[in-house]
Amino acid sequence: MSAHEQFADDLALYAVDALAGDDRTALEAHLAGCSECRMELEQLRGDGALLALSTLGPKPPQRARQRLLDAVAKEPRVPLTVTKTEARRSWWGVLGWAATAAVIVFAASLWKENAALKQTLASANTQATQNARELEDIRRIAAPIIEPEAQVVTVVAMKAHPQPQGKAFYLRSRGNLVFLATNMPALPPNKAYELWLIPMQGAPMAAGMFKPDAHGRGTVINPPLPAGAEAKAFAITVENEAGASTPTMPIVMMGAGE
Amino acid sequence: MSNPERQNPEGKGVAPDLAMVTALKAGDQSAVVQLYDRYSSVVYAVALRVLSDTGAAEDVLQEVFLQLWRNPAAFDAARGTLGSWLAVIARNRAIDFLRKRQPETDLEDVIVSVSPDLAREADRSRAAEKIRGVIGAMPPPQRSALEMAYFEGLSHSEIAGKTGEPLGTIKTRIRTGLMTLRKAFQT
Repeated sequence: MSAHEQFADDLALYAVDALAGDDRTALEAHLAGCSECRMELEQLRGDGALLALSTLGPKPPQRARQRLLDAVAKEPRVPLTVTKTEARRSWWGVLGWAATAAVIVFAASLWKENAALKQTLASANTQATQNARELEDIRRIAAPIIEPEAQVVTVVAMKAHPQPQGKAFYLRSRGNLVFLATNMPALPPNKAYELWLIPMQGAPMAAGMFKPDAHGRGTVINPPLPAGAEAKAFAITVENEAGASTPTMPIVMMGAGE
Repeated sequence: MSNPERQNPEGKGVAPDLAMVTALKAGDQSAVVQLYDRYSSVVYAVALRVLSDTGAAEDVLQEVFLQLWRNPAAFDAARGTLGSWLAVIARNRAIDFLRKRQPETDLEDVIVSVSPDLAREADRSRAAEKIRGVIGAMPPPQRSALEMAYFEGLSHSEIAGKTGEPLGTIKTRIRTGLMTLRKAFQT
């Protein structure tokens, strides 16, 4: 019988806050040094949560909604102090975005709407040269967006500050993806942003990496992606420069299709 | 598994919880309203079950969402769904209120690993019904021990005192009850 067996019952009690006294003290001491039991505790808390979710009841009174709105309006900004959670897992919190606008905008399949691009593609002559020409034409169209010497201006509502923002242009049928980011915070030397395609089912797919330039701009152009992956959302995490095969929490930016 | 985004009968483009939490962190007030509209009934129902007092339940409702607004980073998306997390926070706060004690757990210490995605009302009602079925099928002593612990905030010795059963029996009952719930929801 492992050391954990003796704690099994107590863990369940602890998960529903029913453990008290010496038993509780002993268990807490054990938990401090046992990640296996901590994980089981999380599971048990989840099982307990099912009890909470089983409750039926009347809806809260309408006035409660207004009460919350009023309270939130009095505290117009999420506090910028770094909580101990954020300090432990992410330096993102210290930057503090003072904003009234939402941060994230992503779009899918915008190429279809781009008339100029269609025209350029339509003018390609032969199949053999078509790909090369497409690439050149695309570079021309993309140049003002991605070339370092291009000027980028972000227009925002008066009195607001430009926010980190990214747009993903994704053509599912060909697995083509162009991603443009602006106002991205700089990263430490050994870190980079990684873009993820969140499919309808299954794990997030790595969709390229980028480091912002001096202007906070970053691009990802046609990373290797399987054709046909349907994107539920795109997300960005901070990873080591070599990249990761699964996202490292926290997700720092995310958006779903419009 | 059905695709919630495409088949959502409540209208297109139900923003995932994660996107709304990110928006919360950016100070987007509309995000807290959207999350309130999505989960206030869950939070209120739990609080009311524990407290049996609409005024007190409303206070807990207010506190839970205000805390979420103030500290969205407390929710760790990697380890649970927002709906379940809010339900647990609601229950904990309600028990604290019931017992007239200081909050026992930090908001951020609550980590919940539960799989059902409950962003939509329909999914929640179905899940709630299923859970009630599982609870209803439990042997009555097991069910009541679990409910005394969860909704009345009694400790195991208090339950033992109330039921006249040995401590060991109470402990086993609660554990067995939780495992029964877990098995019912394992996919």
